[in-house]
Amino acid sequence: MKRYVIIGGGVAAVGCIEGIRSIDREGEITVISEEDHPVYSRPLISYLLEGKTDTERMKYRPDGFYKENGCRVFCGRRAVSINAVSHTVTLDDGAETLYDKLCVAAGSRPFVPSFDGLDTVENKFSFMTLDDALALDAALFESARVLIVGAGLIGLKCAEGIRDRVGSITVCDLADRVLSSILDSACAAVVQKHLEQNGIGFMLGDTVQRFEDSRACMKSGGTVDFDLLVLAVGVRANSELVRDAGGEVNRGILVDEKMQTTLTDVYAAGDCAEGYDAALGARRVLAILPNAYMQGNTAGINMAGGEKEFGNAVPMNSIGFFGLHMMTAGVYDGEMFEDAENGSIRRLFVKDGRLTGYILIGVTDRAGIYTSLIREKTPLDTVDFDLTKKAASNLIFSQDIRRKKFGGVV
Amino acid sequence: MKRVYVNEEWCLGCRLCEYNCAYANSGLKDMVVALKDKKIFPRIRVEGEDRITFAVSCRHCTDPICVKSCIAGAISNRDGVVRIDRNKCVGCLTCVLVCPYGALAPGEDGVMQKCELCLDNSCGAPACVTGCPNRAIVYEERSETQ
Repeated sequence: MKRYVIIGGGVAAVGCIEGIRSIDREGEITVISEEDHPVYSRPLISYLLEGKTDTERMKYRPDGFYKENGCRVFCGRRAVSINAVSHTVTLDDGAETLYDKLCVAAGSRPFVPSFDGLDTVENKFSFMTLDDALALDAALFESARVLIVGAGLIGLKCAEGIRDRVGSITVCDLADRVLSSILDSACAAVVQKHLEQNGIGFMLGDTVQRFEDSRACMKSGGTVDFDLLVLAVGVRANSELVRDAGGEVNRGILVDEKMQTTLTDVYAAGDCAEGYDAALGARRVLAILPNAYMQGNTAGINMAGGEKEFGNAVPMNSIGFFGLHMMTAGVYDGEMFEDAENGSIRRLFVKDGRLTGYILIGVTDRAGIYTSLIREKTPLDTVDFDLTKKAASNLIFSQDIRRKKFGGVV
Repeated sequence: MKRVYVNEEWCLGCRLCEYNCAYANSGLKDMVVALKDKKIFPRIRVEGEDRITFAVSCRHCTDPICVKSCIAGAISNRDGVVRIDRNKCVGCLTCVLVCPYGALAPGEDGVMQKCELCLDNSCGAPACVTGCPNRAIVYEERSETQ
């Protein structure tokens, strides 16, 4: 009987468990999860603060998931080292667990720059885990002045989640625009305006030089007085376990298309892994939930002796703020085709006859059709590109392709 | 398993499937009360223009990417039928981002909804197919190689 060990208890771990069990019903699965919660949906923590969900509905899988899948779970426990030669994982209490196949799904952690005087700030929070959200939740009060450092996905979702529960929110970022990882300047300006109309203040192209208790002294010379500080600058992959065991890491743990690391019998998946980005044509950490599941699932299937490759991962995001929804995917490389009206924007990027990326703001219907064009590298001369530029629809395909899509098992 | 398949050349573009879907999922007994003067949010949508029309609903893929991508764990695959737990959905639209068929759209309340083959409502079999006047959509078994 095979012994599987999974380090991590998030979405990548669930994907791994379900992948293993799709092949092997018998093997012994051990899960080492640092968080003392049943697996939950991390991207929902802002919705939790907003009151749109609760901890019960945030459960990513039903109660009994581990039991039904025959998993032994160490909750609230940490793996401290991997010995790739003896095939053992050592836990924080010194206990050792043997594995035949190991999956490292250890996620990421908030990156906190070394701001001067940060230790003088009493009420500071990260915004990544359920415990982070619960701590912030407990600290919120109606007149609170909140400073959020970081205008990325995490910082802005946090702002949306708490807006109605605090007095004011200021978001600062070193970048000159909001959501700089997924939006270009023109699109970011539209989104920023919308956020400002909804009461969020911005200090962009600016950063904190030092903190003095509840005051941030900005590089630009200004100051921001705050009651609560949220640090949402970015995240770092938890790759040390594999690095220390002799595996190759870059920004994340290097994996191939089977999610195998450079260590024999060791796989990695999720935010800690650096796999191939098919849109970029290079390796990069794609810290998005669908990727975590699919990488985990791929790892699990291969660990159990199946054959699975995940070679068409692309960056993609669907996110909304105060009723304005946007979707982005791929890379913004090549010729741009724009269709903009009434505050909505559709930007498609085309290179070498393929769709490489898109930005959609306020016009997101059927966007998955665009995403599939990117993922499958569909030659655009096989679709009606004039229609494609105006809307995502199944009309862009030939009748023959449609017959396969809608007349067959897919 | 039985799925809904499209015979595009037979579609008249009459949109009866959309109305029957909205009615079947309204939970109401009276079709007039359910639909009259209301903007409908059917789970099947007729796409197309003058000459070409066809109805698109969930393909119930054998390896559904929406299930793997849902950030809330709200979409699941039970016995081949892809279902959504609307109570867990937060309306992030990630399923719309990934569905290669463009087969999902939010309901009136902004929460996602999708075709569940009318297995859980009072119809028991897809109302869109039952009401289609020209067999432009059918509900049947087809093999993966067909």
